[in-house]
Amino acid sequence: MSSNAEADSLAHATLRAVTRTYPGARPVHALGPIDVDIARGEFFSVVGPSGCGKSTLLDVLAGLSAPTTGHVTFESKPVAGQVPDGVGVVFQEDASFPWLTVHDNVAFGLRRAGMEAAETARRVDYAIGFMGLRDFAHAYPAQLSGGMRQRVCIARTLVLQPRLILLDEPFGALDQQTRLLMGDELLRLWRETGASVLLITHALDEAAMLSDRVGVMSARPGVFIDLVTTGWARERDSRIVSDPGFGVVTARLWSSLRAESMKAIGREA
Amino acid sequence: MKKLTDSLVILAVVLAIWQGLYAYAGDVAITSPLRTFAFAGELLTHAPFWGHAAATLLAFAYALAISAAAGIALGLLLGLRRFAGDVAEPMLASLYTIPKVTLYPVMLLVFGLGMSAKVAFGVIHGMIPVILFTLAAVKNIPPVLLRTARALHLRPVQTAVTVLAPAVMPEIVTGLRVGFALTLLGVLIGEMFASQRGLGFLIINGINSHDVRMTTAVAVIVVVFAVFANGAMLALDRRVHHAGNRAAGN
Amino acid sequence: MNPGGHAPGLSRAARIGWTRTAVVVGLVLLLELLCRTHVIKPLTMIPPSVMAVELGRLIAAGEITDDILQTASEVGTAFAVSVLAGFALGALVQALPRVRRAIDPLLASWYAVPFFVFYPLLVALFGMNVLPLIAIGVVFATPAMMLSTIAGLDRVPRVLRKLARVHRMSPLQEVALITLPSAAPHLFTGLKLSFAYAFIGVIAGEFILSGGGLGYGIAYAYESFENRKMYALMLLVLLVAIGVNGALHVWEARLARRRGHA
Repeated sequence: MSSNAEADSLAHATLRAVTRTYPGARPVHALGPIDVDIARGEFFSVVGPSGCGKSTLLDVLAGLSAPTTGHVTFESKPVAGQVPDGVGVVFQEDASFPWLTVHDNVAFGLRRAGMEAAETARRVDYAIGFMGLRDFAHAYPAQLSGGMRQRVCIARTLVLQPRLILLDEPFGALDQQTRLLMGDELLRLWRETGASVLLITHALDEAAMLSDRVGVMSARPGVFIDLVTTGWARERDSRIVSDPGFGVVTARLWSSLRAESMKAIGREA
Repeated sequence: MKKLTDSLVILAVVLAIWQGLYAYAGDVAITSPLRTFAFAGELLTHAPFWGHAAATLLAFAYALAISAAAGIALGLLLGLRRFAGDVAEPMLASLYTIPKVTLYPVMLLVFGLGMSAKVAFGVIHGMIPVILFTLAAVKNIPPVLLRTARALHLRPVQTAVTVLAPAVMPEIVTGLRVGFALTLLGVLIGEMFASQRGLGFLIINGINSHDVRMTTAVAVIVVVFAVFANGAMLALDRRVHHAGNRAAGN
Repeated sequence: MNPGGHAPGLSRAARIGWTRTAVVVGLVLLLELLCRTHVIKPLTMIPPSVMAVELGRLIAAGEITDDILQTASEVGTAFAVSVLAGFALGALVQALPRVRRAIDPLLASWYAVPFFVFYPLLVALFGMNVLPLIAIGVVFATPAMMLSTIAGLDRVPRVLRKLARVHRMSPLQEVALITLPSAAPHLFTGLKLSFAYAFIGVIAGEFILSGGGLGYGIAYAYESFENRKMYALMLLVLLVAIGVNGALHVWEARLARRRGHA
């Protein structure tokens, strides 16, 4: 047990024996048991068939959902009931506020936290510049494309300087080319901030090219059936697709995932 | 089962409020529920009432037919001719917000007293929602449906009957439902001012001669009819919408 | 779609606006012509220009000031009460699904009921003063605000509510910073509809109940064969209805465009 305690203190976030069952007339065992550590500064992706509980995993880690059994820690403190300070979340759906301009959207969290105006302005300006939104700072989200709105959401999370960034299929609604470019931006963000990143995605190539490690989940109830270390250098971008290692990683992910995906479809059909 | 109990609870609440108002305001304002139902029963089983009811229903039928036919026709026209539709829509919406009461004297001056005035009242109340709903339905036909019709080599009449008509039907039914209620309202009001026959006349006559029992009973009969008719049309409305969704969403 | 246009360089929106103006002006001119040439008999209708002149005279002479003030205060009160009550009730019903399902048929049938049948009851309850008129306005307008409130609250995207938890907002903060701004367009539509219904309810009530105000003024003028005054008042009511609703509509459209809903 002591080695676990040591491991816990090195890890940025941990999930131990976590399960999540949705209550009701017929309870749904959606997730787990899950045992995983996310190292400080690691880029960790989770892939799996639909319905396997990937989003549930993110909700539990973020504190949006309480695990039925097991426990979650972030920076060695337990996560329960509310989202811990230092954790940022980007959702798949467009969560930009349609009634605020891009600038006010990004400044939202800081203003609510009572940060003083000069520092707010500085951070917002930086984040808007970083995400390439400077020309649209005073536009409304309705005037932007889906990809740009997602950048607004990322910028809004960025200004709060989170130490752990959770992304739930953030690029799911975008076309492939935009996804690849957004992937590059995400890597840039990761390197700049030094944050740990957990990315949920259904796109194997995305997971393979962006991550330090990829966790492959089984069909529901999701448990990790494989953990693949990619071994990429920190300075990487989407051009890594030409590295032969990329094909190897993707092939391994699919071979683990294929049977599980068929199970998931068979269950639904 | 729960739904039925809940509806009964609501009904009980309404009756309780009614009884309470009676207790508070007395016979000069409203008749108690029990006496009202009794008197309504009496009315409904004797010929004179039905003479008036028939007059109302006749005017209502004319007005509804005109509102529906003209409303749908205009709505289709304005929906298909996009420019005309865009010009007309805010004007129609504005007309909708004008208190029609203010037009009654004009109606009476133009149509005189009698059936044509009653029908006119009904039409000015009911036609506009039918136009607006039909217009919106046509405007909102997904363009992909029309492209599909062309890809399937459908002729114009086939397209209209098998693609356009089902696509606009749900919204038109909603428009007719709203138009139904408003046309009835218009005809009743017309009878108040322009006629010596009809249920609206019975009500205003009852008011003027302080026959509270008559007023309350006829009012309740009209309300019950309106609510049931609306309920039936609502059920139709929902069925048509679901059928439309099933057809469109596959 | 209409290809091209007569005036190159004029946007479609501008062409629509001008066409609409032309149609309205054309109809008014036509009416004027028909009245002046006695195709429409003077006893039936007077020319629009005469209506306008008479209206101006009545206002300048202060003859209808009391009526205007009375109607305005009734409509204003009915509007304010129904917006507040409609919002409160709508929010309450939206939060209680079982109540909502039970009330649904009631709300759906609300506007099928001929409300004027309750006028004598209201007079007997409140007396022969402004209260029955305000009450009718409120009864007419509140469900519209309720339905709009419910629609607006329904449509707050779930992801924004999750975001409230990510930002660790208290329930009050969530309502103020997320729920209300998100529902704002629907709430504004409710406001617009409430005004229209309160206006209609009050004027109709005045017309039928003989208590004063512009509605009563029209009825009295009609019965006294004072055609000029009657038409002048009708014109006033028409202009106010179109003016206020038009302004609210434009504002609503602007808000919708900002949200990308236009």
